[in-house]
Amino acid sequence: MTLFYLFGAVAVIASLLVIAQRNPIYSVLLLIASFGALSGLYVLLQAPFVAVTQIIVYAGAIMVLFLFVVMLLNAPHEETEHDEKIHPLRRPGPMRFGAVLAAVLLVELLWALTRAGSEGTAFPGADVISVRAIGKALFTDYAFPFEVTSLLIIVAMVGAVVLAKRDTRRGGAPAPPTP
Amino acid sequence: MMPTLNDYLVLSAILFAIGTAGVFVRRNLITILLSIEIMLNAVNLSFVAFGRSLGTADGQIIVFFVMTVAAAEAAVGLAIVIGMFRHRESLNPDTFTSLKW
Repeated sequence: MTLFYLFGAVAVIASLLVIAQRNPIYSVLLLIASFGALSGLYVLLQAPFVAVTQIIVYAGAIMVLFLFVVMLLNAPHEETEHDEKIHPLRRPGPMRFGAVLAAVLLVELLWALTRAGSEGTAFPGADVISVRAIGKALFTDYAFPFEVTSLLIIVAMVGAVVLAKRDTRRGGAPAPPTP
Repeated sequence: MMPTLNDYLVLSAILFAIGTAGVFVRRNLITILLSIEIMLNAVNLSFVAFGRSLGTADGQIIVFFVMTVAAAEAAVGLAIVIGMFRHRESLNPDTFTSLKW
């Protein structure tokens, strides 16, 4: 229970700081901390495969991609003409409305969760689900979705390359001369 | 006393609400994408908790698929962000008011 509260507190606080940060680089690094705490929660839930995948894929690959783009764009600060000085969470108008909307969502979710009875159901004393079992299910019961996943990755890769490619026909910088 | 399924679901709801607040409140495309990642992770946590509660591997397999979709979404989303930044020199979504220019 102590570990649950520890990891949960780290995840929640790091996620809050992700939103509150003005510099996206700090946001990305804090999100990696949040993912580490979530990985600990997965270990507590006896899901070692998901815990390791969380670290390797999320913290290792996706967040590095984010960090790469943040540094590539070189526009670390939120740039608006008039409210540069105001902290992003304290701006008036529609943003406050959005914050209220998110708070309403949280209250609604918590209300729905506690309505059924605050006791909660304890977990059964099941064994750790091994990577072997997951791999077996992935290649037998879930073989078709798994293959579709590879198609999705290819489409995303081609799409990302096409979208981020510099358009040399108009507007873009001319291609560097080849030696 | 061990944490119950409800504890994990409450934590997942809190994280999901934080992600939603980030999407609503922030005016930075990269932070909005990061908030979407927070929401996806909240959903992942509830999937794993349900899978543990039911004693099957299905929850973890769905988490695997969600991670794949998150990776694809991050790649395409960041490519779009790069393209938009090239056109407008800004990351503020309020400056992107026209679909074609």
